[in-house]
Amino acid sequence: MRALLTICASIALSLLLWQSVVSIFSLPHYILPGPFRVATALIDNAALLSEHAITTLIEVVIGLLLGSTLGALTAMAMAYSRPARVLLKPVLAFSQALPVFALAPILTLWLGYGLGSKVAMAVLIIFFPVMSAFLDGLLRTPSGWLDLATTMGASERSILLKMRIPNALPSLGAGIKLAAVYAPIGAVIGEWVGSSSGLGYLMLLASGRAKVDLMFAAMIVLGVMSVTLYLLTGRAVDRLVHRYSDRVA
Amino acid sequence: MTLVECNAIRCEAMQWTAILGASGIGKSTLLRVLAGLPTHWQFKGDIRASDGNPLSGRVAMMAQQDLLLPWADLIENVTLGARMRGERVDTEYVLEIIDRVGLADHMHKRPTQLSGGQRQRVALARTLMENRPLVLLDEPFSALDTRTRSQMQDLAAELLEGCTVLMVTHDPAEATRMGHRVLWLNSSGIEDIPLPDSKPPRAVDDAEALMMQGQLLRRLREES
Repeated sequence: MRALLTICASIALSLLLWQSVVSIFSLPHYILPGPFRVATALIDNAALLSEHAITTLIEVVIGLLLGSTLGALTAMAMAYSRPARVLLKPVLAFSQALPVFALAPILTLWLGYGLGSKVAMAVLIIFFPVMSAFLDGLLRTPSGWLDLATTMGASERSILLKMRIPNALPSLGAGIKLAAVYAPIGAVIGEWVGSSSGLGYLMLLASGRAKVDLMFAAMIVLGVMSVTLYLLTGRAVDRLVHRYSDRVA
Repeated sequence: MTLVECNAIRCEAMQWTAILGASGIGKSTLLRVLAGLPTHWQFKGDIRASDGNPLSGRVAMMAQQDLLLPWADLIENVTLGARMRGERVDTEYVLEIIDRVGLADHMHKRPTQLSGGQRQRVALARTLMENRPLVLLDEPFSALDTRTRSQMQDLAAELLEGCTVLMVTHDPAEATRMGHRVLWLNSSGIEDIPLPDSKPPRAVDDAEALMMQGQLLRRLREES
């Protein structure tokens, strides 16, 4: 209840600040529309906005699921096999040196204007944080446990399954939470480079027609969607890894 | 650089051999070599069992930390070895062992819900489940308070009856109480310290053992 009040107060304060900037500098609405104008645009274009929001949401959710799965699987392969670790590490490090955004035009060229190229963008952005967080957790298994497993005559496979993975689940959870923040960025950039629907597309369209209020409305919808996605993902992840997160003092 | 050099260490079967020495002298490294675990040192020499068979697969180890998996409950922790090897768990035997370490009422608790002494009893039960003839103990009771430690020592002596036990310790009290023999590891090699004839575990107020303990402590202090 208290948290909700704080959030409401913080939103009210931001709106107030926004309106006062518009009023004090008497900015024209095609530069910075006031909150009331944006709210009107939001209501007037509700159907249009929700249609494009659904497109973006689908891209983000598929990208999040696919990117997290790929990242987790790669991390497991790298933790399990030393050759995989040695061979993949430089490639992955180099891939991170490339700005992912620069790949967007190529992805659009390869995968077309539809869902595929946006999902691919989201996957590319998500993959590394998930993979590296999980791998880090997998490789930080306490050495005492590994000694114990060795004297017990355990195989590498069961060490991975029964010690490394459970121990690293909280790290994987942290990676996936971060991915939920990044996924919408990937999808929107994919839409900017080439698409025929989605909130990113709508923003470009509105910009071309100087409908700044619609741009802001689309941005607010995107923001609310991203925050909701982050909170829901966080809750789901916490529930799944809860059993594995209480550490020994 | 040589960690320690000595001609031979002999451990009598079905007895407790305590290895006493200052920290950093290489006691734990010695256990790791016997357990077949990697060390930072090179081991030159050979390890033989009196029956001529290799040691690997016949050693169980218990460390100072209980090494319990925090997400697993008591039974899962006790049966870790069988589960790691993909073997079927002998339920009756598990329940018997848990009963013998006195934790039958805590069967489904997780490590965070147990006290330090209880956790170390779970570790002992896990060691017993391995059913190995050679048991290596690396200061297993040193993190416990004095009272709990002496109780754990009695319990371990009772339950590890019939096993050949090699226990590393820096505590002269523990060595003189638990050992059939004490080997003193120091920079000049290994010295076999004669112990009272009484059968371990010696009583906590055993006069001879206490005297012995005092003498050992004096020598430990003089050495450093």
